[in-house]
Amino acid sequence: MSVLVYTENWDGKFKKSTYELLSYASEIAKMANTEVSALTIGEVAEDELKTLGTYGASKVLVLKDEKLKDFIAKSYSSAISQVAKKEDAKIVVFANSVSGRALAARTAVQLDAGFAPGVMQLPSSLEPFVVRKKAYSGKAFADYELMADVKVLSLTQNSFELIENAKDIAIEETSVEIHDEDLRAKPKNVEKQTGKLLITEAEILVSAGRGLKGPENWGMIEEMAEILGAATCCSRPVADLGWRPHEEHVGQTGKVVAPNLYFAIGISGAIQHLAGVNGSKVMVAINTDPEAPFFEAADYGIVGDAFKVVPALNEALKKFKAGQ
Amino acid sequence: MKVLLCISHVPDTTSRIRFTDNDTAFDKTDIQYIIGPHEELALTRLLEVKEQIGDLNITVLNVGTAETEPTIRKALAVGADDAIRVDAEPTDALFVAKQIAEVFKNGDFDFIVTGKETIDFNGAQVGEMVAELLDLPSISSTSHFEIKDGKALLEREIDGGKEEIEVDFPFVSTAGKGFAIEPRIPSMRGIMQARRKPLKVVQPVEQAAKTKVNKFYLPEPKGACKMVDAENVEELIRLLHEEAKVL
Ligand SMILES: Cc1cc2nc3c(=O)[nH]c(=O)nc-3n(C[C@H](O)[C@H](O)[C@H](O)COP(=O)(O)OP(=O)(O)OC[C@H]3O[C@@H](n4cnc5c(N)ncnc54)[C@H](O)[C@@H]3O)c2cc1C
Repeated sequence: MSVLVYTENWDGKFKKSTYELLSYASEIAKMANTEVSALTIGEVAEDELKTLGTYGASKVLVLKDEKLKDFIAKSYSSAISQVAKKEDAKIVVFANSVSGRALAARTAVQLDAGFAPGVMQLPSSLEPFVVRKKAYSGKAFADYELMADVKVLSLTQNSFELIENAKDIAIEETSVEIHDEDLRAKPKNVEKQTGKLLITEAEILVSAGRGLKGPENWGMIEEMAEILGAATCCSRPVADLGWRPHEEHVGQTGKVVAPNLYFAIGISGAIQHLAGVNGSKVMVAINTDPEAPFFEAADYGIVGDAFKVVPALNEALKKFKAGQ
Repeated sequence: MKVLLCISHVPDTTSRIRFTDNDTAFDKTDIQYIIGPHEELALTRLLEVKEQIGDLNITVLNVGTAETEPTIRKALAVGADDAIRVDAEPTDALFVAKQIAEVFKNGDFDFIVTGKETIDFNGAQVGEMVAELLDLPSISSTSHFEIKDGKALLEREIDGGKEEIEVDFPFVSTAGKGFAIEPRIPSMRGIMQARRKPLKVVQPVEQAAKTKVNKFYLPEPKGACKMVDAENVEELIRLLHEEAKVL
C-alpha cells in the first residue's frame, strides 16, 4: 500500500500548492508507515520532477499520452484510477482546486473509495480514518469518517505548511489505457494565464468591495497587490456589476480562500462574504463605517476613507519593503 | 428537450449555524431553507434558454424527506415544469449521486445540471459522481451555458482561466459563478401554478454510506479587532510585521 498524490503541472511547472500537497501526503505516509508516490501527466523536465523529492515523494510516475493532451475530467480520472490500482494506493490525495475536486470525486467512484473533499488538517486517526473539513461554507467544521478501504482526499490550498523531507526520488514512466469515449467534452478553446498568481494560492490577498464606488478606482488596489506580491479579489456585487472579473469573487458563492493575510477594503462584511474568507490567518478591515460587521471578524481595523488610507498605506508599504 | 436539474435544500445563507445531540446533528430550529444558490442560478439560466429555444422541459429533482417539498415547490413557482423527489434522508454524497443516476436512467432526459457545490456540506462532488456513475462527460463549474442549433455550448472556469466546450448530449454540467447573475424570483401567478404542477415521489435505491460525519465544531471565537488610527498607517504595518508576522 502507498499514498498517491496527483500533482498537476502548469506547462511543466509545479506550484507551491503542489509542495503543500506533497508535504501533507508525506505526513500521512509517516503515520501509515509507507511511502509517497506522485503522479504527473504530461511533459515535465527532470529537474522540476526532482523537486517533488524535496517534499517527501520517493517516486514520481510520469504519464505521457497524446490522448491526455487536453484536461478532461473523465479521461484524467480514469488514468489516475488505473495508476492508483497498479500502485495499490490506499490513500489518494488531490488539491482542492477546480480541476482537483472534479478529479477526486470521479476517482472516488472508480476506486469505490470514501471521499473527504476540502480537508484542512492531517487525519486525527487512520483507523477509523477521521479527518476534519469545513462545513456550512466556512461557518463550521466537521470530522469526517471514511469507511471504505480506499480513501480519497482533496486538500484546501494554503491550509498546510511546507515541510521539507528530502528523498532520493525515482522517476518512472507509466502508461494507462484511455478509451476514445472518455474524451467527450473536449475543450474547443482554452484561455489560461499560467504565470498569474491564483487567488486560491496567494499568501496575501487585497480585496475590495462596493465601497470603492467604481472600477476606475482599482488602480490603488492593484498597486497595493503589486507592492505586496499579492493577488486581488473582490466582493460579489463588484463582480456582478462587472467592475471586476468573476474569477475574483470570493465568498460563500465564489471562491473560498485561506491566505495568511486578507485586506478587506470597502467591504461591509456580510455573512456570505465572511464565510468564504474567514479561513484567513489574519484579516485587516478598512472601512468608513465604524459599525461595519467586518470589524467583528477582523484582527486589525482602520476606520477611514479608503481613498485616503490606501494611498498612504501604499507609500508606507513601499518604504517598508525597501527597508527589508 | 429535457433537462434534469438537481437542487439542494439548504439553510438560508444568513443562517447562524448551531448543532445539537452533542454536536452530531445540525440544529434546524428557526432555520429558513432555500434552493441552493448555484442551483437557483442554474434554474434562472435554464428558463432563459427555454425562452430562446422553446422546447425545453425542466424537471427539478431533490433527494430528501417530505420536509424539502416547499423548496421544490419554490423551484416550480420560479418556472420549472415538473418535479421528482426521491424520498430519503441522504446519508452521503454518493448516496445522493446514486439516486440521481437512477432517476436519469429511468427517464428520457437529455442532460443533467447540478450546482457546483452545496452550501451545507461543500462537497462539490455530487455532479461529478453522477457523471461517473452514468459514464457521462462532465463540465464542472460551468460559467456560461447555451444551446444553439441543437448543440450545447458551455464555458467553464479552470484554475487561472477558462475553457469553451461544445458537447454532445447527454452530459452533466455543474453550475458555478456566471451561469446566471440575478436569480429569478417567483411571481404570484407562478406560485399559484406551482400548486398544480406534478411532483412525483419515488423510492430510493440502496447505497451503503462510505462516509459519515462524527462531529461538528464551531470556529473558536475571535479576539477583539485591534483598531489603528487612519493617520498612522505605519502602525498597521508594524503590527502586521512584528505582532502578526504576516508581512
Ligand atoms: C445567496 C447569497 C449569496 C451571496 N454570496 C456572496 C459571496 O459569495 N461573496 C460576497 O462578497 N457576497 C455575497 N453575497 C452578498 C452579500 O450579502 C453582500 O451583499 C455583499 O458581500 C456586499 O458587498 P460589499 O461589502 O462590497 O458592498 P456593501 O455591502 O455595499 O458594502 C460597502 C462597504 O464599503 C464601505 N465604504 C463605502 N465607502 C467607503 C470608502 N470610501 N472607504 C472605505 N469604505 C467605504 C461601506 O461602509 C460598506 O461597509 C451573497 C448574498 C446572497 C443572498
